[in-house]
Amino acid sequence: MRMKRLLKSLAAGLALGVLPVASAYAKAFYDFTDPVTPVAKDTLYIHDLFLAIITIIFIVSLAFLLYSLIAHRRSKNPTPATFTAPKTGFQWFLSALPILIMIFIDYVVLGIPSVHAIMDLANNGNDQMVVVATASQWKWNYAYPKYGLKFNSVLSTPNDEIYGNAPKDKHFLLEVDHPLVVPTNEKVGVVLKSRDVIHGFWVPAFGIKQDVIPGFLRKTWFKIDKPGTYRGQCSELCGVGHSFMPIVVVAKTPAQFKIWLASEQAKESAAQAATGKTWSQADLVADGKKVFDKNCASCHQASGMGIPGVFPPIATGHPFSASKAMLEDLTERGFYKDGKIVEGPLENHIGIVLNGIPGTAMPAFKKQLSATDIASVITFERNAFGNHTGQSVQPAKIQQALSGAAK
Amino acid sequence: MSTIDAHVMVDEHQHPRGITRWLYTTNHKDIGILYIGFGLLMFLVGGLLAMLIRAELLQPGMKVLSPELYNQVISVHGLVMVFAALMPVSAGMANYLIPMMIGAPDMALPRLNNWSFWLLPPAAILLVIPWVLQLFGVGHGTLDTGWTMYAPLSIQAGMGMDFAIFTVLLLFLSSTLASINIIVTVLKLRAPGMTWNKLPIFVWSWLNTALLLIVVFPALAAAAIMLLADRHFGTHFFSASGGGDPVLWVHMFWFFGHPEVYILLLPTAGILVHILSTFARKPVYGYKAQVYSMASITLISVIVWAHHMYTSGLPTAANIYFMFSTMAISIPVGIIFFCWFGTIWKGSITFETPMLFALGYIVLFGIGGLTGLILSDAAADQQYHGAYFVIAHFHYTLFGGPIMGVIAASYYYLPKLCGRMYSERLGKWHFWLTMIGFNLTFFPQFLLGVDGMPRRVADYAVQFQPLNMTSSIGAFILGAAQLIFLYNVIRTLRGAGKPATAQVWEGAEGLEFTLPSPPPYHTFSTPPAVE
Repeated sequence: MRMKRLLKSLAAGLALGVLPVASAYAKAFYDFTDPVTPVAKDTLYIHDLFLAIITIIFIVSLAFLLYSLIAHRRSKNPTPATFTAPKTGFQWFLSALPILIMIFIDYVVLGIPSVHAIMDLANNGNDQMVVVATASQWKWNYAYPKYGLKFNSVLSTPNDEIYGNAPKDKHFLLEVDHPLVVPTNEKVGVVLKSRDVIHGFWVPAFGIKQDVIPGFLRKTWFKIDKPGTYRGQCSELCGVGHSFMPIVVVAKTPAQFKIWLASEQAKESAAQAATGKTWSQADLVADGKKVFDKNCASCHQASGMGIPGVFPPIATGHPFSASKAMLEDLTERGFYKDGKIVEGPLENHIGIVLNGIPGTAMPAFKKQLSATDIASVITFERNAFGNHTGQSVQPAKIQQALSGAAK
Repeated sequence: MSTIDAHVMVDEHQHPRGITRWLYTTNHKDIGILYIGFGLLMFLVGGLLAMLIRAELLQPGMKVLSPELYNQVISVHGLVMVFAALMPVSAGMANYLIPMMIGAPDMALPRLNNWSFWLLPPAAILLVIPWVLQLFGVGHGTLDTGWTMYAPLSIQAGMGMDFAIFTVLLLFLSSTLASINIIVTVLKLRAPGMTWNKLPIFVWSWLNTALLLIVVFPALAAAAIMLLADRHFGTHFFSASGGGDPVLWVHMFWFFGHPEVYILLLPTAGILVHILSTFARKPVYGYKAQVYSMASITLISVIVWAHHMYTSGLPTAANIYFMFSTMAISIPVGIIFFCWFGTIWKGSITFETPMLFALGYIVLFGIGGLTGLILSDAAADQQYHGAYFVIAHFHYTLFGGPIMGVIAASYYYLPKLCGRMYSERLGKWHFWLTMIGFNLTFFPQFLLGVDGMPRRVADYAVQFQPLNMTSSIGAFILGAAQLIFLYNVIRTLRGAGKPATAQVWEGAEGLEFTLPSPPPYHTFSTPPAVE
């Protein structure tokens, strides 16, 4: 009995003392992803502390249970006791003791570090940089208001790897075409928005997760210790693409970040300049296909056939049935007739892509894509999937529409 | 008692036969059996859906289901297991046992009782009709938003969501009527001498459960109606563009949803004590402590709901309050645990199948409950919320607790119900395979959660594969093990096994064990003497 008690206290000591400290140095199987922010380190410490405590509680309780099952089994203890409550003062003390210990553990041992971490996380001011992360079905959009940058960040894992037999690479489902880039050692505030449903912004290495609520602003922050690429995923069920909208953050040193910023801004001006020039139809179609695959295929499918009853085909001449409201929307705009999708007027096509269709899942892409991208994707759609309008749209025309309307 | 009808005789041959018996019955034993049979059938349906989920998650890549169908499967799995399996079996146990335990001839409102049950099959059918319609080209399947139906995803959702809303409303009616019945029965129909101090713990647990149901289910029903209105009648309760707030749905849902888990837990926590006491051959330890603890759990459970919402952007003070109030529940739960230990301590224990499952309950629910303490931390929840850690936690608490408890109670009362002893050998195989399968399935999910795997994903990154594969294999073992249970039960019902005595188990106490096995159609038409 004494040996058992000794071993129990040794285990307790080890667990309480070693584990939380060890967590700072090594990733145990029960630990979170390696923390790279102060918040992540705090929450990892709390996690390890809680784990150590509940492991001890579990082992001690299990020990009592197993002891009883062995020592008090019928063959060993044929005459059962008859007590139903504590009798002596000492027994009452023994009954009260676990309760008092639990209260102490809950509100002091666990409570104090927890409140500290919560207050830290809530400390949302004094950002050295702000990014705006906007979630939509099913991608993220990152904006740097101060630098006038804005881009979509879309899963770049090929469909073949998801649905087919292509071998999966290391970052399957955790790779994007255009990651969020931030500097290390600066407090980065993230304003969180949603265009449609509740999504969740989660980067395990940063120890942060916040739901994004459509129609409201949420905010969180992180301050990354060391450069690297950190991957997370959407953490709130948001429809069929929920598993396919990862978050990739590349943290660079402040110096490297400045270089990246400069090149991004250069790209942005080049894109702006491109809206001025005149594109050939072939160039527009080629560019448009890339834009389509990244931004439209998730709903309208890579084949352009849509999903019956939900997302209309881009391929004209194909039957489509859906709710009365949706068919009315399409008929009104000239894209639906006699049970089939038909070629509609170019102006209306531009209108749909720019402004979306309110009340449906079709978003207003004027908020997400550049004038060049919009012009090329419309050109592509009108000349692919069996469509032969021969029409093309120049970026300048879209640019005009964009500057005319509020973004 | 001159109001007892002369032809209500204690004679099992007086009851009607055939389909009309089951359709029109107002007999608490019949209705109990209907509830339990329905619940066990739906448990198999929910289990099949779980096998589909784990088959998809066996490997990365979409191999078995489409993402659309996957989202529907996980949603129906959740709704079925909570509302169509566990709650009905629980209610069935209440109907079957409570009158016998308190010495009453039946429930207080027998016709209401019939309605409470018969609302359930239509509710279940409504939930799956959209899948049938889809086969005929109508609509796109059933509910796909998760059982939590968060707006605006649920506003966007197809026709299946409307069916699910009506399912919820029928369930609400059924539960409310049943709860009223149970409360009135326990208040008014106890045999003389059956004072509050002598009320069996299971009856106390259902009294608490019924009160909770009446208080919180209206929140979900109201929210469901608001959702229907947002979907079809132009309201904007849950959309900001009209002045509403999606988080309102989340609050209303969890205001119901958190007490719901105690609604699921309490009845089996109650019956567990009966089983432990029987097989340890010792009276219940800490009766008053357990009664007060159950009442405390009931009260506190109503004020902790936003621990499901730590990442929703509530004010810091709210997060801290909800963390502290959630931790408070660990105290009465701890007390109940210690009373369980006290009940078996220095007893004279044997290990028949009900006892094995009861002990398994203590261990598994213990793990579940302790990880609940971890989840109460609003700061670290940034890592747990919406990830596999939560899934592991609630399966340890819901399967490890109530489902194991329902299985334990099934073995415990099956001989009473049908007059035959089930096969102990098969029961033990069921127990060990369930324990192994269950832990293989869900323990890796704790690790997946801390590794960063989100929940409700149809596909996952390659580093999550080994643990997912282990979990899926465990699930297949767990699923197969339940077939042993099914076989054992059917075989026993058909007459295999030794005849059971009235007391059934050597250490069993309680009015139900003074009745023959199986009990006559009408029992305690004259109230028994309770000393």
